[in-house]
Amino acid sequence: MKQFEYAAPTTLDEAIRLLAEMNGRARPMAGGTDVLVQMRAGRLTPDRIVDVKNVPELNELRYDASGGLTIGAAVPCYKIYADTAIARAYPGLIDAASIVGGVAIQGRATLGGNLCNSSPSADTIPVLIAMGAKVNIRGPRGSRQVPVEQFCTAPGRNVLEAGEVVVSIELPAPPPNSGAHYQRFIPRYEMDIAVVGVGAGVVLSDDKRTIRSARIALGAVAPTPLFVPEAGQALEGKPAAEESLAAAAEIARNAARPIDDMRGTAAQRKHLVGVLTRRVLAGAIARARGEEVHGAHVH
Amino acid sequence: MPTSTDTARVHVSTTINGEPTDFLCEPRQSLLECLRDVIGLTGTKEGCNDGNCGACSVILNGRLVNSCLVLGVEAQGAEITTVEGLAEPGQLHPLQQAFLENAALQCGICTPGFLVSAKALLDQEPNPSEERIRFWLSGNLCRCTGYDKIIRAVQDAAGRMQEAKRG
Amino acid sequence: MARTADRLSPSNIVLSTTQYRVVGTRPVRHDGADKVTGRAIYGADVRLPGMLYGRVLRSPHAHARIKRIDTSKAEALPGVRAVATAKDLPPAEDRWEDLGEGPVNMKFLSDNVLASDKVLYKGHAVAAVAATNVHVAEEALNLIEVEYEVLPAVIDVREAARDGAPLLHQNVTTKELGKDTGKPSNVANHFRHELGDVKKGWEEAEVVVERECWTATVHQGYIEPHNGTAVWSQDGNLTVWTSTQGAFPVRDQLAQVLGVPVSKIKVIPTEIGGGFGGKIPIYLEPVAALLAKKTGRPVKLWMTRADVFQGTGPTPGSYMTCKIGAKKDGTIVVAEADLYFEAGAYPGSAVGAAAMCIFAPYNIPNGRIDGYDVLVNKPRSFAYRAPGATQAAFASEVALDELAEKLGMDPIELRLKNSAKEGTRRIDGPVYNRIGGVEVLQAAREHDHYRSPLGTPPAGMKRGRGVAHGYWFNVGLASSVTISVNQDGSVTLAEGSTDIGGTRTSIAMQAAEVLGLRAEDVRPTVVDTDSIGYTQVTGGSRTTFATGLAAIEAAKDVLRQMNERAALLWETDAENVAYDADSATFKSGDKSIAFKELAGKLGHTGGPITGRANVDAGGHGGAFATNIVDLDVDPETGKVKILRFTVVQDAGKAIHPSYVEGQMQGGSVQGIGWALNEEYVFNPKGEMTNASFLDYRMPTTYDLPMIDTVIVEVPNPGHPFGVRGVGEVPIVPPPAAICNAIHKAIGVRMKRLPMSPREILEESGVI
Repeated sequence: MKQFEYAAPTTLDEAIRLLAEMNGRARPMAGGTDVLVQMRAGRLTPDRIVDVKNVPELNELRYDASGGLTIGAAVPCYKIYADTAIARAYPGLIDAASIVGGVAIQGRATLGGNLCNSSPSADTIPVLIAMGAKVNIRGPRGSRQVPVEQFCTAPGRNVLEAGEVVVSIELPAPPPNSGAHYQRFIPRYEMDIAVVGVGAGVVLSDDKRTIRSARIALGAVAPTPLFVPEAGQALEGKPAAEESLAAAAEIARNAARPIDDMRGTAAQRKHLVGVLTRRVLAGAIARARGEEVHGAHVH
Repeated sequence: MPTSTDTARVHVSTTINGEPTDFLCEPRQSLLECLRDVIGLTGTKEGCNDGNCGACSVILNGRLVNSCLVLGVEAQGAEITTVEGLAEPGQLHPLQQAFLENAALQCGICTPGFLVSAKALLDQEPNPSEERIRFWLSGNLCRCTGYDKIIRAVQDAAGRMQEAKRG
Repeated sequence: MARTADRLSPSNIVLSTTQYRVVGTRPVRHDGADKVTGRAIYGADVRLPGMLYGRVLRSPHAHARIKRIDTSKAEALPGVRAVATAKDLPPAEDRWEDLGEGPVNMKFLSDNVLASDKVLYKGHAVAAVAATNVHVAEEALNLIEVEYEVLPAVIDVREAARDGAPLLHQNVTTKELGKDTGKPSNVANHFRHELGDVKKGWEEAEVVVERECWTATVHQGYIEPHNGTAVWSQDGNLTVWTSTQGAFPVRDQLAQVLGVPVSKIKVIPTEIGGGFGGKIPIYLEPVAALLAKKTGRPVKLWMTRADVFQGTGPTPGSYMTCKIGAKKDGTIVVAEADLYFEAGAYPGSAVGAAAMCIFAPYNIPNGRIDGYDVLVNKPRSFAYRAPGATQAAFASEVALDELAEKLGMDPIELRLKNSAKEGTRRIDGPVYNRIGGVEVLQAAREHDHYRSPLGTPPAGMKRGRGVAHGYWFNVGLASSVTISVNQDGSVTLAEGSTDIGGTRTSIAMQAAEVLGLRAEDVRPTVVDTDSIGYTQVTGGSRTTFATGLAAIEAAKDVLRQMNERAALLWETDAENVAYDADSATFKSGDKSIAFKELAGKLGHTGGPITGRANVDAGGHGGAFATNIVDLDVDPETGKVKILRFTVVQDAGKAIHPSYVEGQMQGGSVQGIGWALNEEYVFNPKGEMTNASFLDYRMPTTYDLPMIDTVIVEVPNPGHPFGVRGVGEVPIVPPPAAICNAIHKAIGVRMKRLPMSPREILEESGVI
């Protein structure tokens, strides 16, 4: 690995200064589970690593039933699902947060890192999009907020400018009669990168028989995690039943623009988008009805 | 033996297996490299150096981590448990004993990682199901055993530890 | 889902005939404590004063000519102590030598260590650096300038075999049925085995099945990367520490590559983190020696995981056809097969062994097997657990399943009906000694698993059960053991076989049985090449068999010498003294003395005693394994879930049943990985694109159920306790068994390994 400088600031301002003064040659690091692998492979060659784990704002984990959930960018995955109130309110998020690598990775890996790594196959991004999450960014020129679906711009690239860091991710309080779910397809049962991932969030009518609104996002089928608003819109006002889901699945399938690579073929990915979209919507609907749906790692 | 490509080495104070331990390292050295090459604790193994085999598992401030994905400099002020810290003098940890009696190792290269990982599990869940053990250990690869005897050894150790607790 | 932990049968050993005192028990292994406490020293754990660290530069191209290498910038980097290339090796001759694992061409051996004129695969070693730390060495690699002339690459075995394919070597000509054609080709060898009258066989056949199939290149996947540490003494002696399956073959290969006599090389085998056949060849050892010579310091190298995948022996991918003919009553009358195996960059694939194994479990009167050893731009292929037999069984055992279906026969009954027995001649020639094929199949048929209902799959899933059977011949070869008696009545046992999975203990137990001691009274140590006689690799399922034989003979030598001491004490002749192992006592008339007591008197009766034995073991016995597997297929995603897996295997005699089970379970799971997900993925330029554990996808704990075992004991007449060798055969049947179960589940007979979700979707027409 190339030599670099290491800094572990304890305030957000200091972190931003340490990043900004390097003109793009510095890289923030939280859990390091992507950054260190890429540095070792020579794909990232920063001159300075800014370890943001000691910055208080990035360690915030706050939930209340009316205000929603704030997850600091450096909060490791395990802390999210270890909080039972959060796990109960956001099972769709837990589906994704609990399968980012194995247990040892989850002791370190963060949602902030998953976002900033900006991989098209990132597990947590589709479900964050489906739940309408927003990214709080802070930089030398102040703060801004970006919807998750606008955050990634290309494989490994995002809207962050030099000196900017992701401070936290905000999720709205789950509306009544709502549910979310994430599933990915991997060839093994653990420790794989998604060949396809699908996240969905639905809000049902008060009698829970009709879909009021839905959001669907896809992973690993485009240069960025892909929000497919038209697939959700097609479900509005439709019965919350299997036959409605096929149409949305078909729209999602058509929206997918996958490639062939060593993890799967374009044809396989298109097909899987259809299968998973149906399954994930069914899971989200079940959750909106208060039924228990196991996460991806339970089968 | 400093070279001109070195930037300043960092002094790290940490506690390893209960012993206060100080070392000097370059920022680019992983905790794994520091344990093995700087401190000389070679029980923690390198299998892939990218977080996919678990051979380098250690417990860092109470959490299971892959030491190849932690920088040595991040260990400042930390408490670390490695495989060398599991046994008491003259007394193997119940997991170590169970691995021996259940023939849960063949070549043994993955064994330190499995032991540390299983310890982290049993520390927080004393009586895990087979399903849970399999999920927890899925980040630790073993190529020799087919895992059967490893799972049984962890179940056996959990039983022994429960029994010991009941007295 | 339901797991299988509660299904541990009370006794999983069948047909056992002889009870022993030590053999067949399950003591804690001698090296266990050091391995669970992190004290055991593996190759990468070696630390020497003043040691430098090395890294290897590897080819980014699958096929290229090396036009120029400029190492000056790398050498100038502070912290770099030496750079080595093929120029630092003595010129290698184009001649063949037998270094234990069959003939080896010296130029090929040398060129695979460091490429001289051409690189033949992505990952081929080109240069190496020794530096003060590994990061500096890595930086230096980036400063080595290599100018390549990129050549067209060929990675498909059939394309490579065609006329006009890009040639890897101008000087490799096809050996066609034993004769050199003189024609440059990637087909290094084409051989044929024939038995009986094939034409007549087809005339007799009433039911015929035919199969065409492909298997991907796969890796042994040991968790410990290759390593090597070397240091030279001032008087020109070389010492090498390495994780190897065979210290002596490493010494021999080093001598050839470095041009140094074996008498000046000592190889110290460290603990080894898995091998499975892949740690027989040398890679880093000679490079460490070159760098150590140049620097005058100890140099350690170890591979990155990507280096391991791209630079070390995978096992061959293959293309196979297979045709079997039977009578309506299920009697197989004829079989034919054509096997094309990837040798990789240099000749010598496992196609020979594949041809020996493909129809080996059965009595087939008429048969033909053709094998082709084909060069492709992939790493030089090497052995992987029963090399070649797993691929071969994927052809034949799936064809047999289809035959059983056509005949309306139970697949185990079909195999039983045609099972080879003592006296059966294989198509490749050998006639069987006592073998346990029938007993293994019977035990599978009687097993609770085979008799249990399949149960109902979850909604949307399809369930199937499959079986398959497999054979591996096992080997004997050279082994050496010495046993020294301590004054407290314990003994120390020195052996040359590296212990990869508990063989110290299985060997010590055999000595203990003979000596009337407990397993714990024998202290076994694996020693270096200066400290024991020649010993072949830990491979070929030979160690417990052959080194065990040496231990038995060395123990007998100890007893012979101790008899003489007892005779001396009692002033009688040695032939009047007998040893009773059950009571561990020497007796002569009414006189008796315990082993332990006599051991304490050695100092007064002529001094210390060391028993020794060097064997070149024959009499090895082949082994069979049968699998029963239940699985679910998700027809929408193509994903397979293994629900229950049983392996039945003939061990001859299980010395330490727990470690026999471990071999059966581990081999089965490697076979499951090979069946479902493992493969080298190549881009069109012939470059491997998934050289990491993340994307190579070996099975994890979470992919598997418990693996049930049944040990069948049909003693091998060639070993005093009946040992056959157990390490390899369990990897043979799993891909075929899984393929057969998938067929039962979804009605699709898969043709390619791995049977990945994508492959299943494609083969079943979903995508």
